[in-house]
Amino acid sequence: MAPGRVLVTGPRTRAVRRPSYPVTREIDEQTGLGEAYMRSLLRAQLRLAVGLCLVLAAVVIGLPLLFAVFPEVSEKAVLGIPLPWVVLGGLIYPWFVTCGWWYVRQAERNEDDFAELVDRPPSDDAP
Amino acid sequence: MNTAYGLAGVLLVVVATVLIGVIGRISRTTSDFYVASRTVTPLRNASAIGGEYLSAASFLGIAGLILAYGADMLWLPVGWTGGYLILLVLVSAPLRRSGAYTLPDFAEARLESMAVRRVASILVVLISWLYLLPQFQSAGLVLRTVTGAPVWTGGVLVAVVVAVNVLVGGMRSVTLVQAFQYWMKLTALAVPLVFLLLAWRYDGAPGLAEDAPPQFADRTTVSVGLGVTVDVADPVQVVVDGRVDGQTYAGSTVVLGPGRHHIAQNTSVTFPAGADVPHVSDRPASTDRQWAMPLDGHPHSLYATYSLILATFLGTMGLPHVLVRFYTNPDGRAARRTTVLVLSLLGAFYLLPAVYGALGRLYTPELLMTGRADAVVLTLPGRLIGGVGGDLLGALVTGGAVAAFLSTSSGITVSVAGVIAQDILRGGVRSFRAGTLLALVVPLALAIAARALPVADVVGLAFAVAASTFCPLLVLGVWWRRLTVPGALAGLIAGGTLAGTAVIVTIAAGPPAGLAGALLAEPAAWTVPIAFATMIVVSLCTPGRVPRGVARMMVRLHTPESLAVDRGTWRPKRV
Repeated sequence: MAPGRVLVTGPRTRAVRRPSYPVTREIDEQTGLGEAYMRSLLRAQLRLAVGLCLVLAAVVIGLPLLFAVFPEVSEKAVLGIPLPWVVLGGLIYPWFVTCGWWYVRQAERNEDDFAELVDRPPSDDAP
Repeated sequence: MNTAYGLAGVLLVVVATVLIGVIGRISRTTSDFYVASRTVTPLRNASAIGGEYLSAASFLGIAGLILAYGADMLWLPVGWTGGYLILLVLVSAPLRRSGAYTLPDFAEARLESMAVRRVASILVVLISWLYLLPQFQSAGLVLRTVTGAPVWTGGVLVAVVVAVNVLVGGMRSVTLVQAFQYWMKLTALAVPLVFLLLAWRYDGAPGLAEDAPPQFADRTTVSVGLGVTVDVADPVQVVVDGRVDGQTYAGSTVVLGPGRHHIAQNTSVTFPAGADVPHVSDRPASTDRQWAMPLDGHPHSLYATYSLILATFLGTMGLPHVLVRFYTNPDGRAARRTTVLVLSLLGAFYLLPAVYGALGRLYTPELLMTGRADAVVLTLPGRLIGGVGGDLLGALVTGGAVAAFLSTSSGITVSVAGVIAQDILRGGVRSFRAGTLLALVVPLALAIAARALPVADVVGLAFAVAASTFCPLLVLGVWWRRLTVPGALAGLIAGGTLAGTAVIVTIAAGPPAGLAGALLAEPAAWTVPIAFATMIVVSLCTPGRVPRGVARMMVRLHTPESLAVDRGTWRPKRV
């Protein structure tokens, strides 16, 4: 270094200082970022709900069609009871409960992910 | 069935209900307004919801319809359970988070419009009347089966008991009482079934695969309580005591030729063993084999099945006494979990009525002739199990049936009286009392005036109206930002008018034959899509009328309560 010149350093700082807006405030003020977060939550939840409803619809619409188009299926018997009775009078109920249980877990996971995303300290750089 | 035991069962349940209501009020232990809802466990909450939800239609009606129509009617309990799954998936947590206590509350909160609130209130009242009407008719049937009293006494009895309970017991059906009701109904149906199945096995476990219509196994005397017109297929020699086809007989032998015959009130007809059971004139006579198969070849049965499915799956969320119970959950997540529990409880219960229907086909086929197949649950224990045991079990199911329509009627009356008091009258205790009376008197009058209808059919119609009005409002309100006030109004009015007209025609005149009849008897397949489409299209055409606070409302409905965000300041009105 040339004589008379001194190297001055200070504590390491970031090049750009981000304003410390928590995301919850963005949501409250309905800024573009807040809206984007809300839309992503809604999209995730709606996708889950619609997905499950479509599966439900497929079974619930498909069964009468199956019985109509393939009457041989209706005549099969399980332990002496015709298949339609076993399915509609018995098995479908535990299936509903299983679907409901699975839905609750997924919906809560969506909400937990969202809460984590939103509650993260704003100084965090990584996406 | 033995009158004394049956009457004892009825009286026991009635007295217990009134007592618990009065004591609950006096000791003030359980008003849901004052007790912190956190102390109500999810199981108790779920039991209370189940207890209130299982009406006479579930207890008696399903078995009756399965006895009469066979495998297609299995979709009815499936739909009533599946409706809760749809409710869970689409609207449960958001509805709780809205803070709305009633459906009109939600309408006002979401759309910020008093007009929508008023239309919603009117619809709540109409749906409730439609739901109460069959409860009263069913009560009349139970009382007539048990004691022989005229049909209108049952309805009046239920109305009086419910009125006393609601007026004395306060504004909210006690959660504990309703929770107990679920377990009582489950027991009342399950315990006799065990014995019935044992008796069936003892009898050699006869099946239902014959290609023949139901027949009288032994020489059977059928007592007709209400005049009925039946179709006889083959000529049969019977002994008549009463009036048949206008002629009075006193124990003489008559040959009934093929064709239509009218049997007057209080007539008993004795059929020989092996005779075919004549069916009520407007009911199709199926062979046992046809009965056991779904889609038994009757015209439009595929349409009717799909329409029934749509009505039941989508109508649950629109019933007035369903939303109210969400409020007792502490938050949205608890609401979801409670709903899954409700699903389990309902599923457990709905396994049972179908078995009664099937056993009824074997052992009480004469109900196909008297036109009151709904009585099968009450009649089977006495028929299959003789002696004191049969009488006791009969009294148990009778008590369960009475509990069924008392608890549901109370729940509905409380919900709708609150809505009438708040939104139609001035609000306050006197309006609540007037609301209670208004909620009960109209359906009671209709129940007495209208012809006897299968209870599950009329409840199904109530579901169709709910599916055509509140389902679009709730689903679009929760998920779609662009719902507008004119859109909501148009959808509610369109769905309500169309479904309501179909209901009025079906109840007053009976559906006409053919495709038009099928469309009117099960209207949901066309009224629900029209209602949705109307709501969506009109909303898209009036984009300027989107409520201003919709973004805030979306935050309120969908964000977990743990986050500290601004959820707006709307609070429901309380009576």
